[in-house]
Amino acid sequence: MGISKLISAKEAGDLIQDGMTIMVGGFMTCGTAKAVVNEISAKNLTVICNDAGFQNEGTGRLLAHGSVKRLIASHVGLNKQCGELVNSGQLELKLQPQGTLVEQIRAAGAGLGGVLTPTGVGTIVADSSQPTTLEGKQTIVVDGKEFLLEKPLHGDVAIIKGYIADESGNIRYKGTMRNFNPLMASACKMVIAEVEKIVPTGEIGPDFVETPHIFVDYLVLNPKEE
Amino acid sequence: MNKDEIKHFIARRVARELENGDVVNLGIGLPTLIPHYVSPDVKITLQAENGFIGLCAHDGNLREDGNYYIVDPSGNPAGIEHDGMFFDSSFSFTIIRGGHVDKTILGSMQVAENGDIANWLIPGKAVHGMGGAMDLVVGAKKVIVAMEHTQKGSPKILKQCTYPLTAKGVVDMIITEMGVMDITPDGIVLREYNPEYTVEQIQAATEASLVISKNLAPME
Repeated sequence: MGISKLISAKEAGDLIQDGMTIMVGGFMTCGTAKAVVNEISAKNLTVICNDAGFQNEGTGRLLAHGSVKRLIASHVGLNKQCGELVNSGQLELKLQPQGTLVEQIRAAGAGLGGVLTPTGVGTIVADSSQPTTLEGKQTIVVDGKEFLLEKPLHGDVAIIKGYIADESGNIRYKGTMRNFNPLMASACKMVIAEVEKIVPTGEIGPDFVETPHIFVDYLVLNPKEE
Repeated sequence: MNKDEIKHFIARRVARELENGDVVNLGIGLPTLIPHYVSPDVKITLQAENGFIGLCAHDGNLREDGNYYIVDPSGNPAGIEHDGMFFDSSFSFTIIRGGHVDKTILGSMQVAENGDIANWLIPGKAVHGMGGAMDLVVGAKKVIVAMEHTQKGSPKILKQCTYPLTAKGVVDMIITEMGVMDITPDGIVLREYNPEYTVEQIQAATEASLVISKNLAPME
């Protein structure tokens, strides 16, 4: 009886403490654990997410509640409030190319010292003196070709969204909700997975598990998205 | 042509660049019109950077509560072809950065004669972010810019970009309502022209010097 990892969305939200670095999965809120995000009340967070969501939705909800000190993302254009917070000095925004951002997260989860990418060479993404560029960028030449050294991005807590979990915490995704979620689950000290269904262990099946239970610390059941 | 007709005219011409078996990524706006004009005997596979191949229109079978399991890279409801596949963002950019996309087609604010592209940031305007654009133009085998030839009469095809770059030296082809241009080591070669304009008018709307192809043909 009982699923040891199962907690409420409120309990999950309370695990996020002031000043933490959190990763929020999802792409324009498809694959974002909205029930958990809606319960976060901590402040001064560093948030790593593909985008700023929509106004007051997904990561946009954290922005609207003044919870975010620093946002690392690839695209924020569909949430007007994000730009307003940056312009008024209330939010520090760092923009990374999407493919670079996900590899930085993967590098952290895989124990790598960083990745070398040709993306961003010769642009302001390579220039750390720019306000929206991450600190400490280096250009490295390998076999005559220029690459940017992009360092790993670690987090304290990953908030991921799956479709089905089994009682052990194995996760399966559906459609385009996968995006950053499996990578973020590998890159953080604690992982909270919000899912739409929980089934007995074994029912997903080892061939179909996409994020293994060893990464998942807590499950939150949210049968119908809010 | 009004603005809408211009977009469809450009999309129809770009569609003729697509070949059977191509893996294609389409940017937002004008490029999303292109699939309507692809010949039925040309089978292409659309790649969506948010995590799948086989992007197509959704089948109308949306969840009643308004939440969708399949969205396109703009966050709108979408569908997937029978031979498609979902994957995570790392694999998505393995396809993009690793050179497995045959053609990426996107709009731009500026393109320079050396193939530089600036399409993500206008100084002083709202910051949107580059999303997947920087990876796409660096990684795709062929980069086609599909855009209006000028911005309210000001040239967008320049000797040098003035806006922050998306990438250096990556654009292969530009298709506008005025013509079809290849970017070559010798400069921008005008290969096709829209007979509604003279070559002189096209050059006048272009800051970069156009090289006129020996085989210059009217746009079809």
